[in-house]
Amino acid sequence: MPPILEVRDLRVEFPTRRGTLTALDGVSFDIAPGEVLGVVGESGAGKSMTGAAIIGLLEPPGRIAGGQILLSGKRIDNLPYEQMRRIRGREIGAIFQDPLTTLNPLYTVGRQLIETMQTHLPLSDKEARQRAIGWLEMVGIPAAAQRVDSYPHEFSGGMRQRVVISLALCAEPKLIVADEPTTALDVSIQAQIIALLKTLAREKRTAMMLVTHDMGVIAETADRVAVMYAGRIAEIGPVRSVVKSAKHPYSAGLMASIPPLDRKVDHLAGIEGSMPRLSAIPQGCAFNPRCAHVFARCRIERPELLETGSTRAACWLYDPASEKQAPEVMRHV
Amino acid sequence: MSETPVLVAEDLARYFDVSRPLLQRLLSREGRRTLKAVDGVSFEIPKGTTLSLVGESGCGKSTVARLVVGLYRPTRGRVLFEGIELEKARADAETRRRMQMIFQDPYASLNPRWRVQDIVAEPIRAFGMAEGAAALRERVGHLLTQVGLSPLDGEKFPHEFSGGQRQRISIARALSSNPDFLVCDEPTSALDVSVQAQILNLMKDLQQRLGLTYLFISHNLAVVRQISDRIGVMYLGRLVELAPAETLFTAPRHPYTRALMEAIPDLEMTGRQRIPVGGEVPSPISPPSGCPFHPRCPLADARCKAAMPALLAPMTQGDTVVACHAVEERRDPPPAPAGADQRIGTTAIAL
Repeated sequence: MPPILEVRDLRVEFPTRRGTLTALDGVSFDIAPGEVLGVVGESGAGKSMTGAAIIGLLEPPGRIAGGQILLSGKRIDNLPYEQMRRIRGREIGAIFQDPLTTLNPLYTVGRQLIETMQTHLPLSDKEARQRAIGWLEMVGIPAAAQRVDSYPHEFSGGMRQRVVISLALCAEPKLIVADEPTTALDVSIQAQIIALLKTLAREKRTAMMLVTHDMGVIAETADRVAVMYAGRIAEIGPVRSVVKSAKHPYSAGLMASIPPLDRKVDHLAGIEGSMPRLSAIPQGCAFNPRCAHVFARCRIERPELLETGSTRAACWLYDPASEKQAPEVMRHV
Repeated sequence: MSETPVLVAEDLARYFDVSRPLLQRLLSREGRRTLKAVDGVSFEIPKGTTLSLVGESGCGKSTVARLVVGLYRPTRGRVLFEGIELEKARADAETRRRMQMIFQDPYASLNPRWRVQDIVAEPIRAFGMAEGAAALRERVGHLLTQVGLSPLDGEKFPHEFSGGQRQRISIARALSSNPDFLVCDEPTSALDVSVQAQILNLMKDLQQRLGLTYLFISHNLAVVRQISDRIGVMYLGRLVELAPAETLFTAPRHPYTRALMEAIPDLEMTGRQRIPVGGEVPSPISPPSGCPFHPRCPLADARCKAAMPALLAPMTQGDTVVACHAVEERRDPPPAPAGADQRIGTTAIAL
């Protein structure tokens, strides 16, 4: 099946007074219908930036400086604002972290749903209202027929996020970009929302890009995972391979840092140091100053995504040509 | 117990007045409204151990932290620091220096206009603990080294550091007055996971080396498991379960604790369908009657709706206390470790 979303060699730049910062560099991936791609990484890795570039809402002065974004085979990265506005909502739905700032506090949730649907679909007022109630029911809002006339402040945080999800889905988009959809919610609510997103994506065959820093959420929801580091994809592959046997030293370190719930450990692994600032990305592999397996080539040449068997990782350890230089073979390979 | 616990909280409560202004109240004929942020919480923390309080937002865990260091006065109940009433203890600078707090947000809790050395030196100056500039500088350098920074970092300003490094500065500041007791309010929740691991390791390490006692506040059960000796689970201003850390995870008793553990997404990926807790945390301004968890509880009956359960020790387990009628009446299913059904596989889901 052809992918719904294709991102090819995406590059995003921020011109500043002190020179141009490259926030995203050579990011490529695609998402098939009904597939959930998880995008993880620590703050500043560029995961939200990737989502913003796809929906065409990069904060200025950020701009797409290279590469292509294709939705169902058509380029959308170079469309004029008006055309992109029509695609947003109709073909790409967006869910953001904070449900309170996504909703307009002055309109009832029903009006917001109806307006969104009528912008994109030819519906009469009565039909649209009926559908709005149907959507609220589908996302699990009790007494939807009454609640449709409530204002956002009358809902609790979890219920608001449900409304936001129904808003993103109501024009039946082909792609959903969900940026930290459960981060602002408590765990008991988070589980409800994840379950809901997963079911809806499966049922409607919607492609979903799920951006989060919570590996637990990814492990439960995603089919494939992209791990980002300093504006690039460090590793991409099926969720089980990445979580259970990550190949890139950064993704392996990230997994090892997560405190386990089922046992107590004396010493958590962690990764020494922290992610470089955009203005000071080291030469070669961006991870090399923190990497335990670093060798000469990593400090000079930047690795592209290489096959590791189960995943693709941007790491010279997986290039047959660098085998002689590598000081040791990684233990978990 | 032979030794006095470092900290004792007895029936601690803190109410906030959230009434509307008088005129509006008169016009709409409303009474006063109080928010019972914390309502009758008791615990003790023995020397050199960590007690963690976990719960969802609004359960009152941060209010307890603030009550314990004296940032709020309790509406009811009292706090004893080494057997002395908190107010008396805090009147004495020598006792006051022995308790410190680490806050959640390392961006907001450091003065951006001060150099790191001044931030770390402030408690030392305030308590007059170093004679002369040379001694002060040496002490600050020592503290920065202790938390994994360089003494040269003292010259810099907070904005030159990453989130994890800033939290190290907060810890150095808290340690500068040689405290015995640290209250840590979500110290790692603003940090990335690889940095969180560094800070948790540092805190455990410091506890062992300096014999510190911690009250640790967090919403993250996995973090809490790594650092605690005992864990209290809070719901709507009350403790619903208080147990040794390992017992809480291997045999959680309260239905809320069980639900909370069930809800956490994990990395096991067995593909099992988890059953999320229905509903949401009710408003603490108008909490439900009886047990505050009863509207969401699968075991609730008439008694749960009518009467508030007290924290009792179930007969089967030595050190756990649970506030639940169902557990007291032994109506609850037998305790099972968190996530045990995963290991058994799909068969357990039939339960």
